[in-house]
Amino acid sequence: MLAFIIRRIGQSILVLLIVGLVAFSMFRFVGDPIDNMLGQERTIEDVERLRTQLGLDQPFPVQYYRFLEGAAQGNFGVSYRQGRPVSEILLERAPATLELAAVSGMLAIVFGIALGVFTAIRRNGATANIIMATSLIGVSLPTFLIGILLIYLFSVELGWLPSFGRGETVQIGESWTTGFLTISGLKALILPSITLGLYQMTLIMRLVRSEMLEVLRQDYIRFARARGLTDRVVNFRHALKNTMVPVVTVIGLQLGAIIAFAIITETVFQWPGVGLLFINAIQFVDIPVMAAYLMLISVMFVGINLIVDILYVFIDPRLRVDRTGAH
Amino acid sequence: MTTPVLSIRNLSVEIPTRGGVVKPVDGVSYDIAKGEILGVVGESGAGKSMAGNAVIGLLNPPAHISAGEIWLNGTRIDPLQGEAMRRLRGKEIGMIFQDPLTSLNPLLTIGDQLAETILTHLPVSRSEAEKRAVAALEEVGIPGAAERIDSYPHEFSGGMRQRVVIALALCAEPSLVIADEPTTALDVSVQAQIIALLKRLCRERGTAVMLITHDMGVIAETADRVAVMYAGRLAELGDVRDVLTAPQHPYTHGLMASTPLASLGQRRLHQIPGSMPRLTQMPDGCAFHPRCPQAQDKCRQAPSPDLADGRASCWFPMMAEAAE
Amino acid sequence: MAETSIPLSTKEHDKGRWQRFRESDFFYAFKRSPVAIVSFAVVALLVLAAVFAPLIAPTNPFDPASLNLMNGFTPPMEPNAFTQESFLMGTDDQGRDVFSTILYGMRISLFVGISAVLFAMVLGIVLGLVSGYFGGWTETIIMRIADVQLTFPSILVAMLIFGVAKGFTPVEYRDQMAIWVLILAIGLSDWVQFARVVRGATLVEKSKDYVAAARLIGRSPWAIMIRHILPNAMSPVLVIATISLALAIIAEATLSFLGVGAPPTQPSLGTLIRIGQGFLFSGEWWILFFPACTLLGLALSVNLLGDWLRDALNPRLR
Repeated sequence: MLAFIIRRIGQSILVLLIVGLVAFSMFRFVGDPIDNMLGQERTIEDVERLRTQLGLDQPFPVQYYRFLEGAAQGNFGVSYRQGRPVSEILLERAPATLELAAVSGMLAIVFGIALGVFTAIRRNGATANIIMATSLIGVSLPTFLIGILLIYLFSVELGWLPSFGRGETVQIGESWTTGFLTISGLKALILPSITLGLYQMTLIMRLVRSEMLEVLRQDYIRFARARGLTDRVVNFRHALKNTMVPVVTVIGLQLGAIIAFAIITETVFQWPGVGLLFINAIQFVDIPVMAAYLMLISVMFVGINLIVDILYVFIDPRLRVDRTGAH
Repeated sequence: MTTPVLSIRNLSVEIPTRGGVVKPVDGVSYDIAKGEILGVVGESGAGKSMAGNAVIGLLNPPAHISAGEIWLNGTRIDPLQGEAMRRLRGKEIGMIFQDPLTSLNPLLTIGDQLAETILTHLPVSRSEAEKRAVAALEEVGIPGAAERIDSYPHEFSGGMRQRVVIALALCAEPSLVIADEPTTALDVSVQAQIIALLKRLCRERGTAVMLITHDMGVIAETADRVAVMYAGRLAELGDVRDVLTAPQHPYTHGLMASTPLASLGQRRLHQIPGSMPRLTQMPDGCAFHPRCPQAQDKCRQAPSPDLADGRASCWFPMMAEAAE
Repeated sequence: MAETSIPLSTKEHDKGRWQRFRESDFFYAFKRSPVAIVSFAVVALLVLAAVFAPLIAPTNPFDPASLNLMNGFTPPMEPNAFTQESFLMGTDDQGRDVFSTILYGMRISLFVGISAVLFAMVLGIVLGLVSGYFGGWTETIIMRIADVQLTFPSILVAMLIFGVAKGFTPVEYRDQMAIWVLILAIGLSDWVQFARVVRGATLVEKSKDYVAAARLIGRSPWAIMIRHILPNAMSPVLVIATISLALAIIAEATLSFLGVGAPPTQPSLGTLIRIGQGFLFSGEWWILFFPACTLLGLALSVNLLGDWLRDALNPRLR
């Protein structure tokens, strides 16, 4: 089991190194960093001095190593557009995105699993069929259209909820601002988190349903019924647990995807998070911000995947190889 | 005369399909007395498992009981639905499935699975249930039961897992056990042990057993009486010695002739020509007539007679001398 | 995409192709599925409308000469207060006919979507064949890249590629090149699935005797791959292509909506929705509503068609 986890950590580091290489190449080769930092009036000495200062005269592997060293310490250079350190901008924006992603993720997981289980158990029921048909439309709907539709209904027509921004936020500690503690902050969260969570919820629901139907066909479920266990025990203790084995991986991936898809929701709702920052960076080709965002999101993805792999060992006893069976 | 544990009367199971209604079980009747082992034999698709599933109320929809009655210890159980039927399962009727590798939930320890079954059916405390779980494992011959109770199914071999399955089926002391091909998926070397175990446990407790199998050898060794099924109907029913040594139905005769049984002193193995008809394409008259060496005009026109009149459902049962 | 699948599903001789097609199981299944018929009809209608946009559209929205600012913000089916002109779906702030911009926008959406899928398909097929056939280091490298890319949502990959490619394009060409950059970005974000399926099929076919025989008589690896191995992988590739098309159309719309796709000078449906969203609060709903409905109809029907195609070509899935 330990060997398994160590191997997974090794793979994660490899992925991060590859992504780091991509991010560094963007940094180094897209446009000329010198051009981006110095204005029109520059002397050859200025250019040379900056080249040495930035280490651009060093061989490629050395530059890459230095980049990684900097990245590990949270140093991603200076935004071309805002002229401030990228890490500072990211830190300032991160709470908004993380709070939005957390609420959406909870919505997606809780409702996704509940509806998936419901539609699997009531396979032929009318309500279940309606939910399934709606979900197909949900999968085809582009996220931004859902957001616009919600804004139209609840902001334009009904005027109940705000259509943009985070509402009032409260400062906690040095660098965290939260929208959870004010009424307007919570109201502002509703529409964006539904928009962001809906698609992932639909995916999780459809997956849970199909996996659960598969599990319900298994012999051990028939045997559990033949032993006279109640429907509740059969469905929730026996079937649901087995359903979760494949579902956990996908949920992990979906949580990562939520952070990435936040880009779209943040644009629709002008939510001041890292996603909106990233989109603006692309529009203005602000490479340091793009590279930093890429690194940040990779660390999150890889971290989530690692957690999922470790979770597996707890869910599925067959993976706990250190205990040997009798044969 | 005491009431039998299980009594099936004219049981029919129907499945509506696109090509019309099929009857995998058609008018079957038999009894099983306390402590008796009834072997149910037939080719796959003959309806033997379907009859077992009907008894325990686990027919997969759209299959359903369309006619007949099922009585358990003098109570009629076929009209029971949902919760009432569930209470019988495991408590009054235990079931053993074919493949021990897939019958156990891989994510729960065998102790958990035993304890939950005991707690469902018996008014005992959690700790008492755990004690009984260990006892149940000891009874089925699992060495070091107290330590193995927290093991997961994948930590046992196939034969050991089938022992666990038997413990699970018997842990609430049911009066009837339906064993559906309990040894088919096991190594030949383990088969005899499992059958012997099942036989011993049921004899000790006086449990009635419906042993579904296609293995004549298992029947000869274990069963008290035997029911031979063909295409959803009962072909022959009688004491195991009579049926095996002097089969009256030509199908049973063919089945015996195609089974290598040293004890019966056979000349050479025989094959029944053709194959069982599909349920959607049942022939008129007796279902066996296209393969029957003794078929006559009557067999082609009239369905075979009911068993009530004799041991075999055949217009021209083979008598002892004909079978020789 | 749906149209290209028609001739491939039948491969007998004699009879006409059309007649063979009409007798095939595939067509039978199609006839029996109302969902498939309706979504096919919607897709066909929209594709035809896009192709013949210059003939159908009442005005050319990109010809400044035909625009009249006085026509701005005309509601649908109501004559304009100044010019008395009336427009089926109204006009936007600059007096452009919304119906015409949708027709032209759909052209761009479909062009980008189809081109991106074709690009991803060709790339995926080539890389899948190469990694499956040659194995070794080539395979390891290609499949590792695929794995890493698959860790990230494809829309994010597309955004990054778009950003990087934009960085490489000189500023004065950025708007002109945007469409091609978009195709590149969406295509590169979507090749992995094709490569995986083709590699799988290649591994299976490679071990068969006829491939060994073809190798023995000295046929070149490429001839073997294209003539013998590829046809075996075509039906899953086709299914993935249809599903990818729906995803590519949505991806294009999303990128354009976010302002990192088709430029306002060449607006796709996504760009139109981006523009229309600005008028949501001021009451000019039609500038947003009609492009949004069109995108929805297009994405939904391509998706349903893809779903159905997957079931029809591969009954065992599901």
